[in-house]
Parts: sequence; C-alpha cells; structure tokens
Amino acid sequence: MARKAPDREVIPVVQRVRLQYAKRGPLKFSSHRDFQRAFERAVRRVGVPMAYSAGFNPHPKISYANAAPTGTASEAEYVEIGLASEVDTAKLLAALQQAMPRGLDMMDAVTARTSDFAERLEASVWRIALPSVSTETIEAAVAAFMERSDVQVSRMTKNGLRTFDTRQAVLEITVEGSETTESGLVCAILRLVVRHLTPAVRPDDVLSGLGQVADLVFEVAPRITRIAQGPLTESGNAVSDPLGPDRHTVDHE
Amino acid sequence: MPVTSVFDQLESLLPHVQKPVQYVGGELNSVIKDWDSVAAHWVLMYPDAYEVGLPNQGVAILYEVLNERADTLCERTYSVWTDLEKLMRRDGVPQFTVDAHRPVKSFDVFGLSFATELGYTNMLTAIDLAGIALHAVDRGLDEPFVVAGGHAAFNPEPIADFIDIAILGDGEEAVIALTEILVQWKSDGRPGGREEFLIRLARTGGFYIPRFYDVEYLEDGRIRRVTPNHPDAPWRVSKHTVMDLDNWPYPKAPLVPMAETVHERASVEIFRGCTRGCRFCQAGMITRPVRERSIETVGKMVQASVDATGFEEVGLLSLSSADHSEIQGIAKDLADIYEGTHTSLSLPSTRVDAFNVDLANELTRNGRRSGLTFAPEGGSERIRAVINKMVTEEDLIRTVTAAYSAGWRQVKLYFMCGLPTETDEDVLQIAKLAKEVIRAGREVTGSRDIRCTVSIGGFVPKPHTPFQWASQLDHETTDHRLHLLRDEIRQDRQYGKAIGFRYHDGKPGIVEGLLSRGDRRVGAVIEEVWRQGARFDGWQEHFSFDSWMAAGEKGLAGTGVDVDWFTVRERAHDEVLPWDHLDSGLDKEWLWEDWQDALSEQSVEDCRWTPCFDCGVCDQMNTSIQIGPTKGTILPMPILKKSLAVNSGS
Repeated sequence: MARKAPDREVIPVVQRVRLQYAKRGPLKFSSHRDFQRAFERAVRRVGVPMAYSAGFNPHPKISYANAAPTGTASEAEYVEIGLASEVDTAKLLAALQQAMPRGLDMMDAVTARTSDFAERLEASVWRIALPSVSTETIEAAVAAFMERSDVQVSRMTKNGLRTFDTRQAVLEITVEGSETTESGLVCAILRLVVRHLTPAVRPDDVLSGLGQVADLVFEVAPRITRIAQGPLTESGNAVSDPLGPDRHTVDHE
Repeated sequence: MPVTSVFDQLESLLPHVQKPVQYVGGELNSVIKDWDSVAAHWVLMYPDAYEVGLPNQGVAILYEVLNERADTLCERTYSVWTDLEKLMRRDGVPQFTVDAHRPVKSFDVFGLSFATELGYTNMLTAIDLAGIALHAVDRGLDEPFVVAGGHAAFNPEPIADFIDIAILGDGEEAVIALTEILVQWKSDGRPGGREEFLIRLARTGGFYIPRFYDVEYLEDGRIRRVTPNHPDAPWRVSKHTVMDLDNWPYPKAPLVPMAETVHERASVEIFRGCTRGCRFCQAGMITRPVRERSIETVGKMVQASVDATGFEEVGLLSLSSADHSEIQGIAKDLADIYEGTHTSLSLPSTRVDAFNVDLANELTRNGRRSGLTFAPEGGSERIRAVINKMVTEEDLIRTVTAAYSAGWRQVKLYFMCGLPTETDEDVLQIAKLAKEVIRAGREVTGSRDIRCTVSIGGFVPKPHTPFQWASQLDHETTDHRLHLLRDEIRQDRQYGKAIGFRYHDGKPGIVEGLLSRGDRRVGAVIEEVWRQGARFDGWQEHFSFDSWMAAGEKGLAGTGVDVDWFTVRERAHDEVLPWDHLDSGLDKEWLWEDWQDALSEQSVEDCRWTPCFDCGVCDQMNTSIQIGPTKGTILPMPILKKSLAVNSGS
C-alpha cells in the first residue's frame, strides 16, 4: 500500500531493564517465538512504557539473549527492554510476574548499568535427567568422553546436516546419582558445564557425543534444565550471576 | 479413584513430535480446579488441531460459563496429530486435557463442538484414544456422556451411534441445565444408571437422546418415520435460544495461547442470528432471530478483552457484522478510545450493500489496514436471486471502487459453485465481474497497482435450509466449471494478471454433503473410514476421497442406498428428512415455499426492516428480534493498571 510511514516522534530510551526468567514444567515446550509473543502481550497488558523503534511498523525495544532450545527447561533466561519513561524495577517485576503465564516465571529485574551483557554469557550449567540409564553406564560414558580431545556429532539444522566437535565446549560433566519421576522412570542425573561457542554446542549434542563414545542409545527422551548461565568463575566449572555487574554499580539503592 | 495428570508420561513423548507446545496448555486465563472440590467435571473439545480449535468461540464461551460455577470444573482437549497419536497408542497414554493433563475418560461429560461435519473422524480418534467405548450403548456407568453441539448438531444422525446426547442451538443455558440435572442425579446416587440420567434430560424437551428414537425405512431406502421408543422422549426436540445477550457477555477473559493459532486476536460477538435470508446459509437459518448486543456491552467486552489478553486486534464477529444497528458508533467510539495505541478492529467478510468507507476507515484508524473481503456468492444477477443474496453488480462496483479510491489496494471476493439451477454461464459471469472490478478500480485510482482475489468453493446443501431438498452438484461438474472459470480469468490479457484465483476442488464437498444430509446409516461409513485411518478430513493433505468412497460402498452395503443417493439426489416435498424430528423453529412448509421461490428466482426481504414473513422461528421458539439502536455510547473503562513509574505509590 502506498502509504508513507507516519512521522512519529521517536522517544529516546531513558532506561534499560534486564530481566531474568525461568521456563518451567510443561511450558518448557514453548519455543523462543512463543515466549516472545507471550512477553510482548504481557508488556501491553501491564502498560509498560516501552520505547518503540522508528519506521512504518514500529516494534517495542526488546532484545533476547541466548534462549534455551524448545523442550529444554531453564532457570536462567534473560531479556532486556528499552523504556520511554523510567519505572521502578520492583513494581515492573511484580506486574510482569502476574501477567505472564504460569511456567514462564519472571525472576529478577535490574536496571542495566553496563554494556556487553551478551558477551558476559560465557557458559551454561545444565542438569540432565536421563531416564532408564544406570549411573554406572553413564559414568563410563562420561569418562570415555572426557578422555577424548575431539568428539564429532551431527545435527540437522535449518541449513542442513552439520557436523561439529562437542568435546571442546565441555568444561565438566559430573554424575550426581539418580532419581525417580512421578510415573516411575529411574533417571541418572548429570551436571554439565558447557562453554558458549560458535556453532553452539547444546546439551543434547553433548548427549549425542556421550552416546557415540560409549555406544549408548538413549531411548527415552532426556529431561534437560539450564540451571545458570553467565561469566565463568576462575575454577572453570561454575558461572557467576551475569546481572552482578549491573547490581554492583548501584550507587543510590 | 484419584484423577492424576498424565503429563509425566507425555513429557517423554513430546520431544519427538511436531509443535509440542500445542499439547501443554498453560494459556493465560485458563483455569485449573481441584478435582475433588466439584461435583461436575466437563471436558470440551473442538475436534481439530489446537491451532484451529483454540480460537473457537463456542468452546471459549462454555469454558467460562462452566468454570464460573462453584460446583463444576471444565477443561479442554484438542485433536492430537498423527505423530503423537502413534506414540500415545504405543505407550498407552490416553487422550488428555491441555489444562491439567487429566485423562478424558475421568470426566462426567465430554462435549464436542462441531462447526463442520469433517470433524467426525477426529471425534472417533479422541473417544478411542480416551479409552471410552466407541458406541454409546456399550458405555459403562463410569464413562463420560458424549455430547455433540455446534451447527452440525442440527443433524447429528450420522453420529447417532457414537454420541449420548445432542444439543441444538445456543449452549450457554443448555450446559447449565445439563449440569444441574447431572449434579442432582449424582447426588441421588446415580439411580437407574446412565439411562436414568438420559431420561431426565429427555424430559426437558431440549436434549436429543438418539437412542430413544427408532428410525424405520421404506423399501426404496427413504425414511418411513422416526418415533420415540421411550414414553418420556418428546416427538420433537427443540433448539436453545439465548435471549438478551447483554446478560451473557462471554468470553470475559479470553484464552491467550502460547502456541501460534489461526486467529491471533480477541473476538467479540456483536450479534447472533441473521435474517438476510440467504438460502444456502445454514448458520443464518438455524440461529434466528437476530439478537444484538448493545453498543455499551460491545464496548465493555472489547476493552475487557484487550485488557485481559494484550492482543493487538479485536474481531467484531457475527454472521454479517456491518448490519449491527450501531456499527458506525461502535467503530468510531472504539477508535477514539484506542487513539494512539496499536489496537485495530476487524470485521469478518462484509456485505457489499452494508459496507461504507467511513466505517472501514474507523476500524483501521489505529492499526493495520489489510485487505477487504466481500461475499457476493453468485456470479450472475440471476443466480443471486436464486440464493437470495440480493446485491447488484452496480452495488458491488460502487463499493469496491469506493474502497480503491480510499486507498485499499486489495479486495477479496467469495463465491460458490454448484448452486441450484446453476449453469456454466452463471459461473463464467464471475470472471466478468472480477474484470469489471479491476477496470473500474484502475479508472478511479489511475493506477495499475490494484488487485482482486476470487475465492470459490463448492456449495453443499445443508439441513434446515430451503436448499435441504436440492441436488448437490457432482464433483466432476464442479471441477469442470471451476476450470472453465480459471481459464477465463487467466487467459485475459488486460486484467488476468490483476485477478488472483483460489478454489477448492469438489471432492471434499461431496463427503461434507454425505455427512450433512446423511441419516443413521452413514454412521457405518464414518466408522469404516476411520478404521481405515481417516483423520483430519478438513485438511487437504490428510483428506482422502478414495478412502471415503471405498468406505461408503462398504458401510452402505445392503442398505439399497449409496453416496450419490445422499448427495446428488433431489428430495421430494413429502420425503421424511432425517432431521425432521429436530426443531430449529423453521416451519418446513415455509422452507419449501422459499425453495419454490428460489426456483422461480423470487427474492425475500429481511424481516428486521419489513413485516414478518412467517419463517416460524419466533412463534415456535417464543423469541423475538432484538435490535437497536439503543443510542448509547462507549465510555473508556477506568484504568485499573497500577503505575509502574518511579516514585509513584504502589
């Protein structure tokens, strides 16, 4: 349609807020796009004073960082919003907690006082429950995997089948015993620390690698949760709070 | 027996299926209640994929009406795609609700809403996956009562073997009546088993219990008569009509899905019923009389929906929304309230003669301006007289050129093929009309940058309409006419490129026709085709005409009738129709006269603006037309949102 983009006054961003949220229970099966739609609607319902991009089809200023794959639960997802007028982060958090569906739970809100947030997300800690696999079996697989310097796996991506190394990204894998689900599945529990590389190595890629080195097939789908993501600590097997730098440059709270 | 969630079992299957989010629920405004805190447990289903079923208004309304009752809980289930069905069968996971993932079999009532008959095989999949007996007579005391509603329930005979109850008409009051009878029967200790509950329903005259009726046939295959076989079953069962829609402002807080669905918007029904009298239109015939919501109620519902959902678009629904007596005021007042926000209003297809550019401008003042859709339905003036869709070519050209000159560039036109008395020439007139639209549009805009899309499908005669006696056009002739039309448009050098052409071939229409006007003998066909694997018949990629025809031969073997008998055969005046014992309020003699008027190309007026012409509904159902104008206005609702600003009190 031959209409000109309206001359809208572009209101500058006066505050950026970084939010941490969790993806829990059944809603771990929502995709990143599903979250985006739900979040944008929640922001409208609550009346957050969003800043909009200029142009014919203005979009609210929202940026997402390193979302967990569909089907994966997470305690540590992050989103940043740009606001046209200043808000109280505690009130914003409380309002969004009410407005989001159960299972997409807003955890924290901090005014951004630093840049390079995305770069701070260096690694993730994952928890994996592997149904119908004994701890002994998986311990042997982990040992074999860690001994190797390179474990190539293939995954179908939207650009076709890609083959890449998984070993290099893995900083640590520990077997943390076993547990039983509601319907009686006995699962071995893994804790996994994975560095964020390009191309990204996902926890299911590491499982493919484990399966490959030990000749294992995981017949029942694993249950994966991101426990945390952020800057690697000095020990190299844990991450710290990525919102820490924003919190600690506080001067008037 | 405690009723527990099956989600833990399902969780292991979902990583292996397409779009798992459609099975997890978690919608904003969905309701989960404690199982043991209520006496009545309902599960509602729209028997199609989640993306189609979730936006369905019927289910959305009843979900809220039922959940508002302290003694009732209501959850929803949808059709699972074949990938998940296979895994559920392998692992023994039953049909579940998306709300609390409870097994469908645990509920008291399993209600299905049929907007189209093509959902019948999906119903069988759900009943079977739930572990419920397929045939109603085989069900035990602890199995749910299967209830059919929606427009297709006005002739539920083809699914009579699989359902316990059918409800005709508006559901709001009917589901409450059913619930109250259910709660009483349960608290009485379920005396007399399933049969006693069904008898209590039948006595009210408003619930159709197929097992209480016997159908006898003549030697030539026609129905001799349908008679109650239980003393408490009425000879005829009446439809339900909700009067004063202002008292029923549902949905109040529409469900907001996590998954993407076919309609990403909130919907507000601005009136129910239609008396335009289009003879092909079952919806218009069975939902009479017209009952408007007042401008104030519409305004409140729109604002409540936007507040509760965060949707950017609100659809103002009805069978012909531009006919609301105060549509102009509704559009203007809402556009004022939403000035400066990104909130747009939309109407479904608009009548050519009710459209005006001012209205269209108000609707899109704050949001997107997409294409406009009109439905002339018939290509020639003659065929439009037959179907009683009285718009002239002049009206159409005037309306469309007004839209083009006001800045719209895209117009969509809906038509039907296979209407009674239709010839090749009537269909080819559609091409002439479309070319004239483009010619006139180019003239007024001085631009070649305008388009028109012709969308056309096969006509299916429906029960309770003047065309219920008509012969359905065979699919070969339907396809032949559609191809003639396609060639006529594509071969036009001057205008062909500006006209888009979309059509649906004639085969699915024949199956729809079989299911629409079928009787109880068609049940065997549905069961057979389902056993052969038919699923999702409304989806082109799943529909198999050949399977249906093979099942038709097998299922109807020995009856003396076949698929053609149900579809392309014209019925005579004195034939007992399978739905004659189901009362939509329309007088059968009036329908017959209207059918005769159609054949002689006589049109009928709209009774909203002319004297009553005795269709029978208002007298029979003790109802009346409710229209405005009420001369009200829409006021902005007080803003309840708390300020998020720094330094404001919390």
